[in-house]
Order: sequence, then C-alpha cells, then structure tokens
Amino acid sequence: MSEEKGALTVPQEEQALAPRQSRVKAFFIKFLGRKTAVVAACFIILLVIIAFLAPVLQPFDPATPDYDAILSPPNAKHLFGTDEYGRDILSRLLAGSRLSLSVSLSSVTLGAGLGAVLGILAGYYGGWLDSLIMRTADVLLAFPDILLAIAIVAVIGPGLSNVIIAVAVFSIPSFARIMRSSTLTVKQSLYVEAARSIGATNRSIMWKHIFPGTVASIIVNFTMRIGTAILAAASLSFLGFGAKPTEPDWGAMLSTGRNYLGVAPHIVYFSGGIIFLTVLAFNLLGDGLRDTLDPKIQ
Amino acid sequence: MGRYFLKRVLGTIPLMLVISFIIFMFVHMIPGDPARIMAGKDATLEEINRTRQALGLDQPLMKQYLMYLDRMFHGDLGTSTTTGQTVAEMIGPRFLPTLTLAGCALVWSLIIGVLLGVLSAVMRGKWEDYIGMLIAISGISIPVFWLGLVLIQIFSVQLGWLPTGGLDNMQSYILPSFSLGIGVMAIMARFSRSSMLENMKEDYVRTARAKGQKESMVVLKHAFRNSLIEVVTVAGLQIGGLLAGSILVETVFTIPGMGRLLVDSIKFRDYPVIEAELLLFSLQFVVINLIVDLLYGVLNPKIRYES
Repeated sequence: MSEEKGALTVPQEEQALAPRQSRVKAFFIKFLGRKTAVVAACFIILLVIIAFLAPVLQPFDPATPDYDAILSPPNAKHLFGTDEYGRDILSRLLAGSRLSLSVSLSSVTLGAGLGAVLGILAGYYGGWLDSLIMRTADVLLAFPDILLAIAIVAVIGPGLSNVIIAVAVFSIPSFARIMRSSTLTVKQSLYVEAARSIGATNRSIMWKHIFPGTVASIIVNFTMRIGTAILAAASLSFLGFGAKPTEPDWGAMLSTGRNYLGVAPHIVYFSGGIIFLTVLAFNLLGDGLRDTLDPKIQ
Repeated sequence: MGRYFLKRVLGTIPLMLVISFIIFMFVHMIPGDPARIMAGKDATLEEINRTRQALGLDQPLMKQYLMYLDRMFHGDLGTSTTTGQTVAEMIGPRFLPTLTLAGCALVWSLIIGVLLGVLSAVMRGKWEDYIGMLIAISGISIPVFWLGLVLIQIFSVQLGWLPTGGLDNMQSYILPSFSLGIGVMAIMARFSRSSMLENMKEDYVRTARAKGQKESMVVLKHAFRNSLIEVVTVAGLQIGGLLAGSILVETVFTIPGMGRLLVDSIKFRDYPVIEAELLLFSLQFVVINLIVDLLYGVLNPKIRYES
C-alpha cells in the first residue's frame, strides 16, 4: 500500500480492487453527507447554467443605456436597479457571470496544465530539473497572489486576456507543488515498478500510470483556485487593470459603482455580493471535495 | 544556533539577487522606449539619445543590470518620470502609513482569529463551531475592496461615525484595518482550530484530564500553549499578504501609502517607481519570511538541529 505524504492520491491497490462504479457511488454518498458543499455545488451549477443562458435570461440589453432611468434603485422594472448610464444591473450581472467564469476557468486551466506538467517532470526525474522547477515555484509562492498578478499586468499591460495570463502564472506553483508531491508518492507504487519492468517508456509511465493517480489532488486544488482566480481577476478590474469599465465585468462594475456609493449603493452591493457568493461557493465546494477525497479524513 | 542564523541570513542574498534580476528584466520587457518617455513628448532625437546615454541604456544588458544593482546599493532608486521627484523622496513618506495599517490589521486579526479558532475547537460539532467556521470561510471569500466600500457606506455615509478615507487620526485606521485584516483573521481561525484539535488528541492532554485538571486549564495551559508555535509561524507568514492587500485597501480608502503609489505608477507607466516599489515589496516579504524562519528556529529546536 502506497504511503500518503500530504498528497490526495487514491491508493492504487484499492483502486484496482474496487470496481469503478462503486468508487463513484461511495464518493457521492460521502459528498452528499456534506450539506454546505452540496448547497455550494448547486449554486455553482445554477451559475454555470445562468452563464450559458445569459443572453436569453437578460431582461434588458446589458450595454444599452436608458437615460430616463439613471441610478434607479431596485424596483419592479429593474429588480437590481440601474447604473450611471441607466443600464440594468441584473442584466449586466448575468452577462458578467459569463465573463467571470470564463476568465477564472481559463486562467486556472492554463495554470493547472502548466503546473501539472512541471510538477510531474520535477517529481519523476528529480535532480537538477526538480531543484530548478521547485526553487522557482518557491520564489513565486513566497509572493502574495495579487502582488504577483499586478506585477505581471504592469509589464504586459491591462486587459482581460492579460488578466488570464497573470492569474495563470500565479496558479502554476501550487499545482506544480501538489503534482510533484503526488508523483513522488505514486512513483513508489508497485504498478509503476511493474510498468517500468515491462519496458514502458517514461512518457507512458508519467501520463498513463502516474497522472491518473494524482487527479484527486488536482481536482481539489482546481476548485479552490477558481475562487482565488475570481477574486484576483475582480481585484485587477477594480484597480483598473482588467476589464474595461464599459464591459459587464463584476469587478469593473464595482469599481465604477464606488463613485456613486452615496447615491446608488445598490450597484456596489449587488456586484460585490455576487463576487462574494461565487467565491464562497467555490471555497465551500473545495473544502467539501477535499474532505471527501482525502484518504486521511476517510 | 549561530550557524543556523548565518545560513538563513546568507540564503536571502542569492534570493534577493534573483528577484532583483527578475524585476529588472520585467521592467525591460515593458513595451516602449524608456529614454523617449523620460526625455519627454517634444524631445528631439539628439535629446533622446543623450537621455539614453545618461541612463546607460546604450550599454549591454548585463552591464545595465550591474549598474542598476550599484545604484540600488547606493540608495539611488531613480527619478519619477511623472513628478520629477526622486523615487526615494516619493516612497519615504508612504512607508509608515502602509506599515501602521498592516500592523493594526495584524493585531486585531490575530486576537480575534485565534480566539475564534480556539472556541470552535473546544465547541467542536456544536453551533458555536459552525458559526465560527462560517465566519472564517466568509472572511477568506469576501473581496476586501467590497467589504471596505460596504463599511464606508454604513459607518461613514449613513451613520457618520467614521471618516470615509485618508489617515488624519487614529479613527481613520478602524475601517481600513478591519477590511485588510479580515482574510488573515479567517486564516488564523481555521488554522488555530485545526492545530488545537490535533493537540487536544495528544496523550498529555488526556493525562491532564485524567489528573482532574479543570477543562479551561487543559485547553489553555496544555493544548493552546503547544499550538502557539505553529500559530506564531503562520501569523508571521500572513504579514506579506497584508502588505499586498494594502494595495486594494489604500485604493478604496484613498490612503497615501505604498500600495496606492504602486497602482498610480502603473497607471501612469512611471517605470522607475514601479521598479523600486516591486523591489521594496519583495524585500519586505523576504525579510519577513527570514524573521519568521529565525523565530521558528528559536521556538523549535528540532528545525535548528536538522538544518
């Protein structure tokens, strides 16, 4: 039985013995027992559906101004009120869900992909490559996410695509570290030894045998990093380095809304509130998944 | 002990050199000609070339890096392209407000965070635990800039109790330090809870209970005291996050600190200021990490001997 050293890897012998279906069933039974995580998962599923259906669900065009309804408080026509151009806040929040989710998902996916490759290479080959990758990751991890993101945006310039790059860069080290730790654990397993002894290539061992054993750790970190990515992207937009003020981005809406805090606080309340709830949902789901998938807690 | 200290202190020198090189390369990768920017919009080609020579930008990259290091060691951080002031003059008065703000945030977040964590651990599985952990996870998830704006709306605009921004008196620190510290409070609460739960399973806690000691004594004298080493270490590592968080909080509360200067300098593409600010922020993180490392060595002899 492979020993756990902080990584969330499913023992391979257990994997081999238990049929796939029963493992999935066991996971769901355990996960459904965690009420807060289930509520968070439902919220996220709802948000994803809303993001997909945003163009249909929007009661108004999020970009069209209505100069007769400037800074209207929430009312029957505009449930969440309007902004400084009379644009419907609810419609902009719905459109913003697409933007926020796509920015955070693409940046974390990019960071996870690069981090996973670097981590598996470091863990599998060891030596100077391991030292180089992990020392660089340590230097990057020593810096708070937001500072690193601001430094990157300062160099490559503002804009949503650059925010994705900045958030991806600061996501890389955490994935690299988790992947390396998982690789080191799985590398010692009997089935990897067996694959090596029958002449499997390094690439095949890494991707066909080691990688599947590390997926649990990656899923948990992925979920938790999405919350961080949404916060970082919103922070960059709030500071004026992300989305343009005209775009229906949650952070940018909050940034312009603060100029009207005294007369129309609803802009700030709703745009910040949705960021808070979304990040909270991803963090709760991440906690739930960790508790469910972590063999130490099992 | 001396060897451990020396090793740790010397270890920061190559780290700072690597960081300074990365920042130097970062700023050199920024599109645009710094000589043209510094010479001004109406400068002739001759003037631009003169500025390029004066800045040493016509030299090979490695030589430019060594010149940059030499200037840094002599305290010359360059001159701002927007104000014409030296960068040292601009940063000097902004250092203290940021540090004071981070200090205030650290104090309250530590006290409340640890109290919340200990209470949750002692009341494990009861409603107090759930509420404590709900506060903690909310604290991690809340955008600090939104919290700041909501607090301004309630306590400054509606109730008129506290100022909306600036740092004119001690009262002005209340809202910004609360906003800044909320994340650290949450991390400390979660960490001290898990650390307390681990320690409360230990044999010495069971022995203390078996000897008939009062539960409050068992919690405070045995479990909490042993959690303290880890709690202090984690708290130290949060200071870096507080300094970075000050970038957002200073923007919300219009505080003339280091964070706001960084944001303004990026907006105006004031490269000498960006370079100096990034270097100073990095230096602060490295020094804080070093202090935490050294403190950990003092508190935990095992680490010292292993190294």
